[in-house]
Amino acid sequence: MAKSKSRNLVNLNVNPCKMCMPMGAALAFEGVEDSMVLIHGSQGCSTYIRRHIATHFNEPIDIASSSLSEQGTVYGGAANLVQGLKNVAAIYSPKVIGVLTTCLAETIGEDITHIIKESGVASELKGIDIIPVPTPGYAASEYNGYFVALKKIVAFYAREPKVKTNHINVIVTDLTPADIRELKRILSLFEVEYTIFPDISETLDAPYKKGFDIKTEGGTTKSQLRRMSAAIATIEFGWMTPLGLSPGRYLEETFDVPLYSCPLPIGLNGTDLFLEAISKIYDKQIPVELKKARGRMLDAMIDSHKLNREGRAVIYGNPELIYAVSNLCIENGIEPVVIATGTDTNPLVEQLDQQLSRYRYNPIILKDCDFESIQEIAVEQKTNLLIGNSDGKFIKEKEDIPLVRIGFPIHDNIGASRQLYIGYEGSLRFLDLITNTLIDKKHEAYRDKMYNKYFVN
Amino acid sequence: MEKNGLLEGRKKFIMHKENEVPITISCDENSLSGAVSQRACVYCGARVVLNPITDAIHLVHGPIGCASYTWDIRGSLSSDSQLYRNSFSTDLREKDIVFGGEKKLASAITEAYAEYHPKVIFVYATCVVGVIGDDIDAVCKNAEKELGIRVLPVKSPGFSGNKRSGYKAGCNAILQLMGETKIVETIPGSINYLGDFNLAAEAWIIKSYLNEMGVKLLTVLTGDSNYESLLQAPRAELNIVQCAGSMTYLAKQMQSAYQIPFDKVRFLGVDETVIALRKIANLLGDTDIIKRTEKLIERKLTEVTEVLKQYRERVQGHKAAIYVGGGFKAIALIKQFNNLGIDTVVIGTQTGDQEEYEMIRSLTKEGTVILDDTNPNELQKFMLEKGADILVGGVKERPLAYKLGLAFIDHNHERKHALSGFEGAINFAKEVDLTVNSPVWDYIN
Repeated sequence: MAKSKSRNLVNLNVNPCKMCMPMGAALAFEGVEDSMVLIHGSQGCSTYIRRHIATHFNEPIDIASSSLSEQGTVYGGAANLVQGLKNVAAIYSPKVIGVLTTCLAETIGEDITHIIKESGVASELKGIDIIPVPTPGYAASEYNGYFVALKKIVAFYAREPKVKTNHINVIVTDLTPADIRELKRILSLFEVEYTIFPDISETLDAPYKKGFDIKTEGGTTKSQLRRMSAAIATIEFGWMTPLGLSPGRYLEETFDVPLYSCPLPIGLNGTDLFLEAISKIYDKQIPVELKKARGRMLDAMIDSHKLNREGRAVIYGNPELIYAVSNLCIENGIEPVVIATGTDTNPLVEQLDQQLSRYRYNPIILKDCDFESIQEIAVEQKTNLLIGNSDGKFIKEKEDIPLVRIGFPIHDNIGASRQLYIGYEGSLRFLDLITNTLIDKKHEAYRDKMYNKYFVN
Repeated sequence: MEKNGLLEGRKKFIMHKENEVPITISCDENSLSGAVSQRACVYCGARVVLNPITDAIHLVHGPIGCASYTWDIRGSLSSDSQLYRNSFSTDLREKDIVFGGEKKLASAITEAYAEYHPKVIFVYATCVVGVIGDDIDAVCKNAEKELGIRVLPVKSPGFSGNKRSGYKAGCNAILQLMGETKIVETIPGSINYLGDFNLAAEAWIIKSYLNEMGVKLLTVLTGDSNYESLLQAPRAELNIVQCAGSMTYLAKQMQSAYQIPFDKVRFLGVDETVIALRKIANLLGDTDIIKRTEKLIERKLTEVTEVLKQYRERVQGHKAAIYVGGGFKAIALIKQFNNLGIDTVVIGTQTGDQEEYEMIRSLTKEGTVILDDTNPNELQKFMLEKGADILVGGVKERPLAYKLGLAFIDHNHERKHALSGFEGAINFAKEVDLTVNSPVWDYIN
């Protein structure tokens, strides 16, 4: 039985294991075609968020700020916001502008929806959809901010459909551009039509070309967003998502689009569930190529099963991701010793219970935690593997526990956008990475360890 | 917005150098809304100045984002405590915003003290704290009384100015730590070195020069400094100031509070380093120091001149664009590029002042574009127009340069190689060579 805990210190967060709401919302808009984000707040919020995203993806990330100063804070920031929207439109002429709030804007009571409407800026900037998303940084983490933005965007475009179409919506979270390209490949093998939302496969991993244009290609298009309400079904990688935040749930409740909530397709079981959902929706067989890939994954799992049993993992990050990664670990005999998230909801205890008790694992489940707490338990529990974003580098450096990177942000390695984690092939690459990390660690210590243990003594 | 793609409100921040025409450029103003400024905020400025203080707890009073995005992102090195590399936050939630965060802050300080026993805690006020009106002065004062350590408020709500205001807020906290008046005796011949954050051991490099010159370096502000070394700082006979943007204010305050005179130096590039070392020696006026300084300079010049010449042959003829935080860095970079046979064709800063822009104008050739608080759109436009093929900038500018197929030099706080002193000059030339002469440029055409 898993034990649930919070962080060590009550009033103090030491080395945060989460980010703020506007970060998540900004990431969501990155997957909308020809969109820009304007953050209503002080200049720093947009700059920090840009830096974080740009360093992870190695792509230019332009996010505007309404640059609120003392004056705007005291007398209201409406003028700044309106001017900001006009300037963004003038420089970028985007099709969509996402307007996000911040701690500051929310605390001084800025009603962005009202400002946008009353100022007439929306009608002045014809052809640009302005989508306001309240994201007070103090309200929740980037995980919530992401889903809040997704839902606002979906709701902005959704209309009662005249005719149903034969496509599915796939609503995604925590995926890399390479993952999304793999997702498209899988869906193409099924020969089905789809809308992936948000689609960062091109926007955050753009090929080099002569004559760079800041307006990157790709992203979910307006027409794709409009047809989401007409879909045959929605598959949402939102297994952990609170119901109120789920865009798939919204489409189901408002437009009767059936929702298939799936975990991220990471691991054998995770991928199975996703493929079975498509298979069920369309009453189609799973393509031969994917069956073969599954066989190869099983073959590889046998190859590495003993090596993996020596893994004692600390898994941290967003709920969706750590759920999927925990399952991959459990399937392969890697013990999830600590499963941690900085967000304050963590339904993992119930969700994972069956799998955990099947293999008699008793992980410590941390919610609303910080890296100080994770570090302490990682040492106490003699773990030998960290799986998560690059913020774990601190524990890696101090405790000499190797880090296998997945999630956001990854700042200390290059190529985060090219990593593939999903489907049988992605899962297998990721599993190999984990296994090889364990092998390296074992081999590095092997000769000295044996010498000191049996020869010297 | 004009046809050439510039926002009307941005025009006064952009200058084209024409000979004999005196420059007028707007600077040190608020960023234009929606223009996608590369600047951060007041809190960021304060954290830049204070974070290198190694044995301090840096407690960010506010919602989580501010602490999250600034956790251990800078390459400041410590010879002792590693406490400064942690990011502490009160992680304010909705109810704290409604009912006030003072209690939580007080408890957080108590918890931090119980766990880590620091001698000093800096409490950074973020945007919301500035709005909900938490009296952090009072909370800090009470905590000092209760715990018997220094707990210092840093007035850094993000909206209350720009990054420069943040430098000032950080400096004010340091002044508060050092005390309002001088109560200790001056140590003859000793100096403080202000405005080096010991990124990639830069302060240690300068310290090694000063050692060799026979100069007693008392305290670096703030690279690899700590509670004790900061308390010693008022005893110095002289302050030398680098990174003038962040630390001239502190030097002036120390002059009036402790009667320590100051002078500005730059350790970026060989020429500047030589000037700086001579200046320090002459200011101290000791003939032995002057002699030793000349010997050091001679030895170092012999070491680096030939190496730099070889690099110059490999890199000359390129055209540079520069976009960095402060004016002092920009000025030094123009000179460094000059020495490598590279002209600067576009140059800008986030927080340069009028005096610095005048200096930039005098150092650049006709036709150079000078930008204050610029954005990716303008950078792209002018780099292409002016035919720049190498950009010096921070982390956010790097992907833009690469997408445009331009070479890039990292001049940010995250870098892992020193750019100061003679060693830094070599590193700089080497980095220019690494990037401009990479085979990758042969494949993109």
